[in-house]
Amino acid sequence: MIYIFALFLLTLLVITAIAIVRAEDLFVSVILTTIFSLLMAINFFILDAADVALTEAAVGAGVTTVIFLCALALTGDQEKPQKQGQKVALVIVSILALVIIYSTFDNPQLGDPDAPVHQHVAPWYLEKTPEYMDFPNVVTAILSSFRGYDTLGEVFVVFAACIGVLFILGVSPPRKAMQVSVKKSGLRHHLIPQVVGRLLIPFIVLFGLYTQFHGEYGPGGGFQAGALIATGVILFALLEGEAEALRAVPRRVLLGMVVGGALLYGSVGVVCMLMGGAFLDYSVLAADPVWGQQLGILIIEAGVGMAVCGALLSIFHAFAARERVS
Amino acid sequence: MIDLALDILSWILLTIGGVCVLIGGIGGLRLPNFYTRIHAASLTDTMATLLIFIGIILQAGFTLASLKLFAIMLFLLLTGPTATYALANAALLSGLKPDTGTAKDKTKENAPE
Repeated sequence: MIYIFALFLLTLLVITAIAIVRAEDLFVSVILTTIFSLLMAINFFILDAADVALTEAAVGAGVTTVIFLCALALTGDQEKPQKQGQKVALVIVSILALVIIYSTFDNPQLGDPDAPVHQHVAPWYLEKTPEYMDFPNVVTAILSSFRGYDTLGEVFVVFAACIGVLFILGVSPPRKAMQVSVKKSGLRHHLIPQVVGRLLIPFIVLFGLYTQFHGEYGPGGGFQAGALIATGVILFALLEGEAEALRAVPRRVLLGMVVGGALLYGSVGVVCMLMGGAFLDYSVLAADPVWGQQLGILIIEAGVGMAVCGALLSIFHAFAARERVS
Repeated sequence: MIDLALDILSWILLTIGGVCVLIGGIGGLRLPNFYTRIHAASLTDTMATLLIFIGIILQAGFTLASLKLFAIMLFLLLTGPTATYALANAALLSGLKPDTGTAKDKTKENAPE
């Protein structure tokens, strides 16, 4: 039964992907991308990857759609007609697709216990997580402690992406755009979305905090929580206007969150070294190594959450503050 | 006896909910203009959500799962109609008039059709 459902979803994914490529109206493409992300999130959930599904739903379907729409408002929503090179591209893509499909025949079956990925370090992680950390969510344990270097790298990628976007779009917006956005932006005159949105925003932020601090026990953690809180604030910005959102969470607070989050993560590692352990070895943080691990994971997850939330909101504001093309 | 009755009731609700989704889908494809199409699609947001979720809650019984389902149902019942309202409002503001004289929407000259 689950296979039929998964096959149905994958077919829908292919159809959506083709529709995205074929659509000439870029607005339609953006909405189809959202649908693609939602289908992808359901697929991840079927594969029991609830953490990834949550991230995909919040970032892929939520934040990126808004950022894409902001970008479209700056550029224009029609694709430029392009005639040359389409056949070459089609041939290359077909050959690559055939190669990839051929290579999947060597893949192990879905959920095969003898698959190489389940033989290498995965059993060790499953066995040692209760002993070292004493909490049930192995994903969080791997993400933030066993493979803490990777996650530190990811946080710096988020940091670098945020800095890059701010450099391209400019940290301080043109003065004219500021005056326009104070008066006109937002849905202040539309009562129903405003009332419902105001009702929902506290619950979205609360759910984000729950995801942040419940990451050791259920699906969740810093990445998901940061994205969820960012969607809450973006919803506020859409309803009340961008200037109002900037007054609630000013730009320097956002930048402070991005820098502070990355710095917090890194400094936990340095503190571990100062207390006599290896970089990002949280066991030395407290007298009891298990408690030390839990404390370390709690702090670095907070750092990740701050960095992701700040970065997404900074990027959103960088796009939203630009002047519209007329 | 009670269990059987609840089971039958929940399956009736689930079936009617499913039929509502189907009607919403057919309406979204077949009806002639934009406002009638979102009218059909909003059936999926309200009636179908209500029926299907009550059906599943009856299946789940008096547990934590049914409380969560109830919360999700409230969320969908709040956001679905709001989204439909926002869609219709955006269409009206962008100049699509609900015209009773002609059934079909006037398509833009650069529209894909």
